[in-house]
Amino acid sequence: MGRRLILTGNDAAAEAMRQIDPDVVAAFPITPQTELMHKFAEHVADGDVKAEFVLVESEHSAMSATVGAAAAGARAMTATSANGLALMWEIVYIAASYRLPIVMPVVNRALSGPINIHCDHSDTMGCRDTGWIQLYSENAQEVYDNVIQAVRIAETPDVLLPVMVTFDGFILSHTAEVLDGLEDNVVKKWVGEYKPKYSLLDTDQPMTFGPLDLQDYYFEHKRQQVEAMRNARAAVKEVGKLFDELSGRSYDMLEAYRLDDAELVIMALGSTAGTTKVVIDELRAEGTAAGLLKIRCFRPFPELEIAESLKNAKAVAVLDRSVSFGAPGGPVHKEIRAALFGSSGVGLVNYIYGLGGRDVSMDHIRSVFKDLETIAVKGTPTDNIRFLGLRE
Amino acid sequence: MPEMLEIRWHGRGGQGAKTASLLLAEAAAMEGKYSQGFPDYGPERMGAPMRGFTRISAGPIRVHCAVYSPSIVVVLDDTLLSTADVASGTPEDAIMIVNTVRSAGDVRAELKLKGRKIFTIDATGIAIEEIGRPIPNSPMLGALIKASGVLSLEAVIDQIKKKFSHGFRPEVLEGNVRAIRRAYEEVEEE
Repeated sequence: MGRRLILTGNDAAAEAMRQIDPDVVAAFPITPQTELMHKFAEHVADGDVKAEFVLVESEHSAMSATVGAAAAGARAMTATSANGLALMWEIVYIAASYRLPIVMPVVNRALSGPINIHCDHSDTMGCRDTGWIQLYSENAQEVYDNVIQAVRIAETPDVLLPVMVTFDGFILSHTAEVLDGLEDNVVKKWVGEYKPKYSLLDTDQPMTFGPLDLQDYYFEHKRQQVEAMRNARAAVKEVGKLFDELSGRSYDMLEAYRLDDAELVIMALGSTAGTTKVVIDELRAEGTAAGLLKIRCFRPFPELEIAESLKNAKAVAVLDRSVSFGAPGGPVHKEIRAALFGSSGVGLVNYIYGLGGRDVSMDHIRSVFKDLETIAVKGTPTDNIRFLGLRE
Repeated sequence: MPEMLEIRWHGRGGQGAKTASLLLAEAAAMEGKYSQGFPDYGPERMGAPMRGFTRISAGPIRVHCAVYSPSIVVVLDDTLLSTADVASGTPEDAIMIVNTVRSAGDVRAELKLKGRKIFTIDATGIAIEEIGRPIPNSPMLGALIKASGVLSLEAVIDQIKKKFSHGFRPEVLEGNVRAIRRAYEEVEEE
């Protein structure tokens, strides 16, 4: 029943948005996201969608307009990258705190400076504590599938949290590749009609969003957000299963690739996971027990599943496409290390790589697996925070 | 065709290398193959050297890095022969297609290359005559198809018609199709 498509990541996200046809979409351009909203604007101009398309004067306004629309009971979306996300920052927190099920594709780009338009994860990793669910995408197919799933995850009644669907700037956003698309009516039916539990426009049930909330109840509201994020684990898994029934493509918080008997494991998210799979196939053909554990859902973080998945591993390398300055390793590595706390016998190493769009080649991935051979024997090295593909 | 065919495009901003790299991938996808087409942007400005990449495969493509060992190289501007390392990573049996009025022997001498098969075509001249603008990407697609046989000429022309059927005047589309067909006929093997 699929439609064979060849689309860039940006166009794949716009195609999913066309089929979802949200009530309100706010747009402000920023490289490398611009083409996504450019494509969606074409759909608006061609009358393919009914969405109210709001052209705003900044990303702060884009997120504000999206929050306002969602609070009014609309299914609302926007999209951005890097500095645009940074300008949204205070409203990004507010969207989650108001429990508004907004969906936002974020095309990963380095946060300046010096100025750089290419991919790394510094933008969305900086957002990891904002209270948004985060899904990372490996290829154009996953961009499309994740945007569709994000709507149902966000709107799950015991979740009601916004979702970022992230994908690598240029590497995915500007790369045309083949994917299977669903039929319009199939997507429409599957995402269903949005019936908000609370809405500013529901005059029979008057509601206030975002009033002053001081020492008396603020803490309790934060506790509820913690609970919503816990509930999101089950929602991500359940929606993934339902999507499998719809499309034949299964999704979970993690994806294991040739992991069952793997002794040397790379953990990665985004497009690098695909390159790693190709290297693993080559190494397997040479007799090396290599595998991948890909993180699709970084928020909420699947720490128990990770510990379980890595129980047979002898050495694990965590690839981070961003820096957490002054911290013991990149943001992904720190959380893996916490997840593995108490598991003995596994050597763990962190590679910061690909900042500002620096290409990560198959040779780079091979060199990491080569390092893991030593770490599997000798355990976690003293220089456990390393750089990959860097001139020093 | 090898398991996965990798093509690298060298051009200058404004010559259409990005469009060509994606268009070839799209044409391959429409023929039932798997493909990727993507640009490698530096500073985005007219005239700046840039690269594009196309991968074509019988099966799904999972790799997401640049192309380092292309079996086909397309050079849209012969001033890049002396400034960009256009032969970098190519195997001995690679095909190189160059937009130039010079001879293949001249190109080989400039690149100091042994092996590899060099094809030449005056794509800019064809583009000026048929399209009225010096944008060599369409004729280079025609030359590439003839030199490599990677796809059928009609598959690429169909994709161009599909992509440029709205937003462009019919004579622009027709000019591009004529340019592709001419380059297909006129490309010269060393």
